[in-house]
Amino acid sequence: MSEEPLVKMRDVWLEGRSDETWNPIINGVDLTLAKGEVLGLIGESGAGKSTLGLAAMGYTRDGVRISKGSVEFDGIDLLTASAAVKRELLGKRIAYVAQSAAASFNPAHQLMDQHVEGPVQHGVMGRGESEEDGMELYRKLRLPNPDEIGFRYPHQVSGGQLQRCMTAMAMSCRPDLIIFDEPTTALDVTTQIEVLASIRDIVEQFNTAAIYITHDLAVVAQMADRIKVLLKGDEVETADTRTMLSAPTQEYTKSLWAVRSFERPLKPAVQTGSTPVISVQNVDASYGTVPVLYDVSFDLHAGRTVAVVGESGSGKSTTARCITGLLPPKAGQIMLDGQALPADYRKRSKDQLRQVQMIYQMADTALNPRMSIGQIIARPVEFYLGLKGAEKRRRVDALLEQIELEPSQYYHRLPSELSGGQKQRIGIARALAAEPKFIICDEVTSALDQLVAEGILRLLARLQDELSLTYMFITHDLATVKAIADEVVVMKDGRVVEQGPKQEMFTPPHHAYTDLLLSSVPEMDPDWLTNLLTERGVDNIGDAAVDKM
Amino acid sequence: MGNVLTIILQRLALGLLTLLIVSIVIFVAVNLLPGNFAEAILGQGATPDAIASIERDLGLDQPLVTRYFQWLGGVLRGDLGTSFAQANFASFSGTTSGATTIAEQIAPRFGNTMFLAMITAAIAVPFSIILGILAALYRNTVFDRATNIFTLTSISSPEFFLAYILILFLAVLNPIFPSLSNIFEGMPFSERVEKSMLPALTLTLVVTAHMMRMTRAAIINLLASPYIEMARLKGLSPMRVIVKHALPNALAPIINVIALNLAYLITGVVVVEVVFVYPGIGQLFVDSVKIRDIPVVQACCLIFATAFILLNLTADIMSILSNPRLRHPK
Repeated sequence: MSEEPLVKMRDVWLEGRSDETWNPIINGVDLTLAKGEVLGLIGESGAGKSTLGLAAMGYTRDGVRISKGSVEFDGIDLLTASAAVKRELLGKRIAYVAQSAAASFNPAHQLMDQHVEGPVQHGVMGRGESEEDGMELYRKLRLPNPDEIGFRYPHQVSGGQLQRCMTAMAMSCRPDLIIFDEPTTALDVTTQIEVLASIRDIVEQFNTAAIYITHDLAVVAQMADRIKVLLKGDEVETADTRTMLSAPTQEYTKSLWAVRSFERPLKPAVQTGSTPVISVQNVDASYGTVPVLYDVSFDLHAGRTVAVVGESGSGKSTTARCITGLLPPKAGQIMLDGQALPADYRKRSKDQLRQVQMIYQMADTALNPRMSIGQIIARPVEFYLGLKGAEKRRRVDALLEQIELEPSQYYHRLPSELSGGQKQRIGIARALAAEPKFIICDEVTSALDQLVAEGILRLLARLQDELSLTYMFITHDLATVKAIADEVVVMKDGRVVEQGPKQEMFTPPHHAYTDLLLSSVPEMDPDWLTNLLTERGVDNIGDAAVDKM
Repeated sequence: MGNVLTIILQRLALGLLTLLIVSIVIFVAVNLLPGNFAEAILGQGATPDAIASIERDLGLDQPLVTRYFQWLGGVLRGDLGTSFAQANFASFSGTTSGATTIAEQIAPRFGNTMFLAMITAAIAVPFSIILGILAALYRNTVFDRATNIFTLTSISSPEFFLAYILILFLAVLNPIFPSLSNIFEGMPFSERVEKSMLPALTLTLVVTAHMMRMTRAAIINLLASPYIEMARLKGLSPMRVIVKHALPNALAPIINVIALNLAYLITGVVVVEVVFVYPGIGQLFVDSVKIRDIPVVQACCLIFATAFILLNLTADIMSILSNPRLRHPK
């Protein structure tokens, strides 16, 4: 390429401040981006992808500094440029699309006010012109009611639409470069497709260069011309997308590619006539006067895993709240071993409470930060089993061994001293401490990186075999379902739309909604999105596909 | 908007309930004050007979509960009662005026207090908010530290001390404002303002620190949020980031602190009134406590409580309205 690159980062070192010392985040990474090129930046959390992406804009968050190296944008040295020069570039020639549009739009102003702010302040367009251009962009991004949606406040617009509005805002000055920082991570698979397609279209249309940051390989495969893999602040390798997918050279990249290989063997079908451990029977529930569940019924049999899948807001977690008795259902009942459970957990006996345990999505907030690991696990041991003193300690040690953490090392530690995966293991041990029959796992791997998540899934599978536990596995990630489930329950808008053994669910013909969910999971094939859009008809993705049902 | 209206009506009802409870507290507390009006009035010459006779005339021999309901009934009809001092014994006390009911007695004083509070608010609120915005903009600079030191010093100094300093510099050394604020009815507005300037400035110094520091803190608190980062990455100027993007979301705590300080301007200014001889309600209140003129004390307390509750109610409602989620429901 003879043309001068748009972005040239040379030997960039970034450091973050914690506890009065500067720790390395990025160690001497080079990055070059040509005009109109899309570079995928991938790595696990903590790899420094976002920090590097922001550094390409000449911006660092509070407590982060560029300690060495150079960052040039179109020949302008961003590290020595004055604040005024950088402000002139930001928003106008370099734009940013953040992970959470809900948090990155100012709640106090209408979307359009925020959209036109850039062009008006930078003197690119007048307000009226910019508003019209905004509506045009909304139309290009296939937003519903493009002429009207801009005059809503952020909280009045759904997550997927907001993400597209933010892409429109980034486009408002027709920048040369956009940094996309995990723009679809917070979205459901069906919504993700729309946003991915919109982003790809508009970037191609205006020949905008982009850095696309994500931890999802399948997503980056659809979006990027080239991929750069980061691990703990170091570059692992860079190659164009097709080469990278077909022939990764580094071990780490290969391991990333192989993550989704875990899958449990099939179990024999449930014997007819056996009593389910938990049976959800015709449950209706509502928050206040707003109904959320309609006639939900499914059974969970001993030693098996039932995955409950659906988009956010489909009622998965509410069902869990009904089973645990946190939200007494309006109608219907929950049976434990053929006996009806009292609707309200306050009316359940200690033994009934013991049998139903829960593991939460955010291990961070589900563990008391002031209690040591030993105390956290000992509490249910004492409460449910009445063990004291040395006996209690022996039980806690045994539990720690079960979750593959060395008791002597972890007993006295605080949750803040553990990694995300280790914290989730503590959550599992706490649930096991009650010696339950049934455990609800609420999105337990969705906050974890893929390798760590796989470790947790393997652990749960092993524990199930050893202790013949029954799991209800709430997730929106179909890869997890494939890996661990025996049966699948698909929920949508508070109703069960399809249920059955896993192998049936994953072989056609599906219910229309299950089909939409399944086909929306990105695959590692760079042509997947293009093919899917052709198949669905380009103007007929996501929303429209849902409406058809 | 229906949902906002419900919230406002709920708050209003709660406010009324609070006021009712406060009225009980006031009544009981005032009646627990040591000494009584008859003893205070008769002084050395108090004989049991004379005391009993005065108490009978004023209804003080009735049980507490009966007196409470008589008082409450009166208040609800808009009748705050008759001052003991004005009733039959005006000759004994120093207060002289043609007023016979408490309402007539309090009205001009309360008007004066409100006037002073409003002038102070008109100066102090914009001053504090602008200072707070600038301190947030230039945080951790010399300007920020100087502002903090100045406002903290003025809030930590006794009011009378600040008052005398202002008198010294603005009335004695540089005769800009009059040092006495003896305003009266029928005085032209401009002269009233001029006379009230020194007490208003003193009070401004007292209330600025809270409001300025809350503005600064509420804004800085938001500077780490993603939408502020987004505003910065759109290349907006630091001033615009703060005024347009941080301030509208920081309003709720700021409004609440403003309300608390305004309430203080109505209920807590007696020292400043005394220093400047300003005829506000605070002086009347203290005088009435001195001579155990219970109906006046109760009326003043009730007015203070109402002002406090109303201001907090207004702050609550404005905080609610500052939230776009409530103004524009889905």
